[in-house]
Amino acid sequence: MAERPRLAVVGAGPAGLAAALTAAARGVQVVLVDAADQAGGQFYRQPAAALGARRPRALHHQWRTWERLRAGLERHREAGRITALTDHHVWCVARDPASGAFGVHALRGPAQDEGTVVRADAVLLATGGYERVLPFPGWTLPGVVTAGGAQAMLKGGLVLPGRTAVVAGTGPLLLPVATGLAAAGARVAALVESAGPAALLRRAPALAAQPGKLAEGAGYAARLLRHGVRVLPRSAVVAAHGTGRLDAVTVAALDRDGTLRPGGTRRIRCDTLAVGHGMLPHTDLAETLGCTLSGTSVRVDAEQRTDVPGVWAAGEATGVGGAALALAEGHIAGGSAAARLHGTATDPRRWAAAARARTRLREFATALDAVYAPPAGWADRVPDDTVVCRCEEVTAGEVRGAVELLGAGDLRTVKLLSRAGMGWCQGRMCAPAVAGLTGCPLTAGRRPLARPVPLGVLAGLPDTNAGLPDTDPGLPDTDPGLPVTDTGRAMADAGHPVTDTGLPSADAGPPETGVDRPDTDGDRLGPDTKRPGADPVPPETD
Amino acid sequence: MVGAACALYAARAGLDVRVVDRGPVAGGTTGAGEGNLLVSDKEPGPELELALLSARLWAELAEEPGTAMEYEPKGGLVVASTPGALAALRDFTAGQRTAGVTAVPVGADRLRELEPHLAPGMAGGVHYPQDAQVMPALAAARLLRASGARTHLGHTVTGVLRTADGTVYGVRTDRGDIHAPAVVNAAGTWGGELAALAGVRLPVLPRRGFVLVTEPLPRMIRHKVYAADYVADVASDSAALRTSPVVEGTAAGPVLIGATRERVGFDRSLSLPAVRALAAGAIALFPFLERIRALRTYAGFRPYLPDHLPAIGPDPRAPGLFHACGHEGAGIGLAPGTGRLIAQALTGGAPELDPVPFRPERFDTDGGDAR
Repeated sequence: MAERPRLAVVGAGPAGLAAALTAAARGVQVVLVDAADQAGGQFYRQPAAALGARRPRALHHQWRTWERLRAGLERHREAGRITALTDHHVWCVARDPASGAFGVHALRGPAQDEGTVVRADAVLLATGGYERVLPFPGWTLPGVVTAGGAQAMLKGGLVLPGRTAVVAGTGPLLLPVATGLAAAGARVAALVESAGPAALLRRAPALAAQPGKLAEGAGYAARLLRHGVRVLPRSAVVAAHGTGRLDAVTVAALDRDGTLRPGGTRRIRCDTLAVGHGMLPHTDLAETLGCTLSGTSVRVDAEQRTDVPGVWAAGEATGVGGAALALAEGHIAGGSAAARLHGTATDPRRWAAAARARTRLREFATALDAVYAPPAGWADRVPDDTVVCRCEEVTAGEVRGAVELLGAGDLRTVKLLSRAGMGWCQGRMCAPAVAGLTGCPLTAGRRPLARPVPLGVLAGLPDTNAGLPDTDPGLPDTDPGLPVTDTGRAMADAGHPVTDTGLPSADAGPPETGVDRPDTDGDRLGPDTKRPGADPVPPETD
Repeated sequence: MVGAACALYAARAGLDVRVVDRGPVAGGTTGAGEGNLLVSDKEPGPELELALLSARLWAELAEEPGTAMEYEPKGGLVVASTPGALAALRDFTAGQRTAGVTAVPVGADRLRELEPHLAPGMAGGVHYPQDAQVMPALAAARLLRASGARTHLGHTVTGVLRTADGTVYGVRTDRGDIHAPAVVNAAGTWGGELAALAGVRLPVLPRRGFVLVTEPLPRMIRHKVYAADYVADVASDSAALRTSPVVEGTAAGPVLIGATRERVGFDRSLSLPAVRALAAGAIALFPFLERIRALRTYAGFRPYLPDHLPAIGPDPRAPGLFHACGHEGAGIGLAPGTGRLIAQALTGGAPELDPVPFRPERFDTDGGDAR
């Protein structure tokens, strides 16, 4: 076993990478566990190498920041300070009560049916976020995808999801999705944003504190103009049409209070609708570890510590705020974890710049949240026969009935009485919609299994009484004299129904999304910065 | 669930009923239950009599309009893996039969006619056609609605109102007093706390159970299937983890695997040893489950009384107070019979079953009857 303390970082997006690099630079043995086949997360999602993309950077901003992170990761891996475990889908992190060590339980293999455990002295959760999509008639038609899903396709697979697209919903993600689709050759018939210009103006002071971001927004505006994309502010897609496949959407103009403006509807022909209503944090692993949540986010202190000893959290999991904020939080978390694991006092001066960036970017995120809220009254406009929970095919009427007829008063009881949220995605997709329809507060669901786990893997879990072993063949400390034991292998065909219609609810896990927000400070981030206030990337010193 | 059944039968007996719950409907153990309506796991005695009465009432309730609750009279199948276990099981069923349980021996060669995907090599089993299932949250909500009782959901009872001579005349809630000449304690696992508000002792303890729920499947498992060890676990007094899973398909598709038994207080945190034991036990019965994915697991807290019998009936220590709690893992199954007994006690009707074994004051050593 390694002499150096071991930190498991779950998630290799901006927050996890920044945390891993910082901790590794300070003498911690880091195991970076991620579900994708390459590091980068949703934000720096990489095209598969086999596709031979020549200019993947065309789809990314902050490309130089990514190159620095990637170079740092490579250097630490070569030096043996970071072990990067890709294609590891973490379903649970548990603390062994006897030893106090953490076990990071993951599924690996092409069918995600091999169990594996990574032992660690501390855990840093950088689990990111997922996209909120609110229902409307026709949203389950093939051709309707999430905004993040469309972007993920562009970034990862370089495929064009359709020829004539409408981008709709609310939030800063819509801008890069629209420009990305247009740049990739789609005709973007409209960008439909429910927020109005007035809402942006009301938040002007907080937003103006981020000149880089406003400039970036202006850059998107120019690109939209160049591609001839029509922007329809204070409007919403209220229905998607088509027989068997999307062929048009109805867009309605909204009044200032979010209600439909009479006579303000128009029909737009399209074969692709990319729709999104902001992001929500992934908190399942933290919740199961016993971390206190604040609203739907993991609560952390100034050092990014959760209230469970030995558990840190950073990035979207602690509150959605974009990649730059995730970098700053990851840097702080990695530094704090390193100091605490070495038993030394933490020195906040070491991450003062990142802390300042964090303050600024959190304020910005709060302002954006207020601007890009789903329009008032959206839930009242969902007819009773619209499917809300796609996994279990539960309609809005059935969800309403659980409250009005059967006495449900919270999301869990609505689920029990209507089955909304009981299916494959465990309510990740529909919980925000159910909350809106019923007036129940949106609370993080209790999901001890963060993703579906074969029973054979559960049955093969190591006996913790015998001490918590590492079972992952990717770990450097595995004694070569001993056979590597998988904790269980179910020769499943993975049998999960990937829906071939509508939204790409992705694989066994929560809906995959891009977290691309116009939230960058561009290339001013990083150690070569002249601005002391924007240095969330870890200094690469040992 | 028990409260909803009490409300239903009390209202049908002509009483004006109010239902107070600090949470939503089915917010406690009901919402974490599997909905087992079992006679098969009970030895002859008062609990089995209550279960048989309840089984008849469940079948009646399921026939009523407006009570869609996924009621399935699917029957139970208890299997024994060894000849020794089979012999013990056959002895157990002999007693059950005299109490009115239908228990049909199934030879090793016929097990897979009943359950085609059962593991090979079992010694034999017993088929219990009276075992059934409901979706418990739905059942509670439907019965509550059918009762017509006025509900005060989200209201917490903070006190039991008693006159100078100790007679109960209502409850105090965080949103005002509700006056009533009779108060029924159907607070389940928290029934001891409610009893304490009335100044009486009822030693209800939580016994934690985990349930595993799989992805939806076509019907692969037809009955409630469990190993013969289950009966011993249910009757056990051990605080340690015990698992002998009951495996069953549901109308909605997922397979339910439940449940562990552990006395660890109200600790809801995930226990990997518990889910490991559940998964291993289920695979031992149905090997195909090895490749099936669990979508979720959750814990519930059974209301456990030291003699494994519920407290049902009037409390002589606090006139006007009635108890209907402490059903451990059988609360869904025993709910209608409990509701009937409570309604009969409330209206002075003749009890359908001997109420003596369920007396709430039986744990009171000062009362001279410590079991």
